[in-house]
Amino acid sequence: MAQEGDRDARGAAERTARQGYGKLLAFLAHRMRDVTAAEDALAEAFAAALVDWPAGGVPDNPEAWLLTVARRKAIDAQRRRRRGEDAAGHLQLLTDELAADAAGDAQIPDHRLALIFACAHPAIDPAIRAPLILQTVLGFDAATIASAFLVAPAAMSQRLVRAKAKIRQARIPFRVPERTEMQDRIAPVLEAIYATFSEGWSDPAGTETRRRNLADEAIWLGRLLASLLPNEPEALGLLALMLFAEARRCARRNGAGDYVPLAEQDPGLWDERLIDAAETALLQASRMGAIGRYQLEAAVQSAHVVRRRTGSSDWAAIARLYEVLIALTASPVVAINRAIAVAEAEGSKAGLRLLDAAAADARLAEYQPYWAARAELLARIGDIAAAAEAYQLAIGLEADPAIRRFLQQRHNALRAPAVD
Amino acid sequence: MKYMLLIYGNEGEWQALPKSETDQRMAAYRAYTDAMIAAGAMTAGDRLRHSDAATTVRVANGKTNVLNGPYAETREQLGGYYLIDVPDLDAALSWAARCPGASHGAVEVRPIWER
Repeated sequence: MAQEGDRDARGAAERTARQGYGKLLAFLAHRMRDVTAAEDALAEAFAAALVDWPAGGVPDNPEAWLLTVARRKAIDAQRRRRRGEDAAGHLQLLTDELAADAAGDAQIPDHRLALIFACAHPAIDPAIRAPLILQTVLGFDAATIASAFLVAPAAMSQRLVRAKAKIRQARIPFRVPERTEMQDRIAPVLEAIYATFSEGWSDPAGTETRRRNLADEAIWLGRLLASLLPNEPEALGLLALMLFAEARRCARRNGAGDYVPLAEQDPGLWDERLIDAAETALLQASRMGAIGRYQLEAAVQSAHVVRRRTGSSDWAAIARLYEVLIALTASPVVAINRAIAVAEAEGSKAGLRLLDAAAADARLAEYQPYWAARAELLARIGDIAAAAEAYQLAIGLEADPAIRRFLQQRHNALRAPAVD
Repeated sequence: MKYMLLIYGNEGEWQALPKSETDQRMAAYRAYTDAMIAAGAMTAGDRLRHSDAATTVRVANGKTNVLNGPYAETREQLGGYYLIDVPDLDAALSWAARCPGASHGAVEVRPIWER
């Protein structure tokens, strides 16, 4: 019996942690203006739950129980920390605020959005924004985040600690930006979520569970953001983009674990349900009449997946979308994608001309997809020697063994005559 | 919450400006200072003499070392500061962005150590 109660309590605590951690932490951090102190108080509350719940039963409202205990722990900790003259005044303020919140316990106000904006504040080091969101909103520990982002755990922990100290010391506010500043302020939030997704995406086979989960968690954050900011088209655009990409996950590797390029993927392996959800989000975003980078990238994905019905991607539409994206981002990576789309729509020579123009950007000299695209188009026009040279460079620049194998196969197949 | 806005700029550039231009910049600073006072944000603020008037002091092993010149010889030098009292970093950053110095140099925003 005792063991069963223990298991129930542990299960309830884990469920609450999974579903409610971010909300509880956001609430406490917002009140205390201190993420670290809020984390400590909440950790103590969870520890207390594991002692109390097996004995006394799981409370009707576990979140409210945890919040009450966390508040008490926060006040105790504050009392221990502050011994100066201003301690009494500060403590009174905190106690009053926390007590006022307790009066309206039924619904814990959702400050997660304010917390996300604090974590992705322009005053926070861009590289630590995504990890900080994962830690505070999702409750990931530093070691898990470090392994997902391929950073040494000690270094990651130290950077997280520094970022949280900056939030407290510089008094970065926990608030949702006004409409007029939203465009500037939402960009780093979207970037952080997309960076999280990309980390998960770089392990398509899902062999490393942690990285695979990162893509899922990014989609979860994307859904949360879109639901909390229903009038932000780019939040929906990002969600659509991630859903489109996720829908093709299973088709990106064949049975042998080899890389399958988009053009050769079997549409039967794409996840219809995710594609439909992505189309819905994109449509909803486009109705708001404010185009942006993520909506455009999602639209490109949408033009690719029409292949499931028509048998071919809409390359002309893709080329046009990339043209708008270039105007918006001036990204050399986008320029390559546009060249590939133009090659499909208008022929390899037109694509190569655009690649030549893009090569003016010196950054592309060490960018694998540039050389792979070049090699492919050179092969199609029959310039085998130049194609072989470009493949060789692409292979040397690639870090993913599956993609390296794919490029080597293409390289080896060059001898066969190619016709545009 | 108090913040210090540290204004960095290129002194040589300032000295090379025609008088009409320096007058215009000084007027912009006066307007900026007035606006901060009107908003109740201003605690203190001063313009500093150029860094060739600076002297740097270090004490090592009981020996005082006095050096002619600023702490660091950089192209952009500390030229003035404001001490402001505002609710949070966003408010401090928006004042920093309005500072005339932010458009020709840089303004560093530092929270004041409070107990």
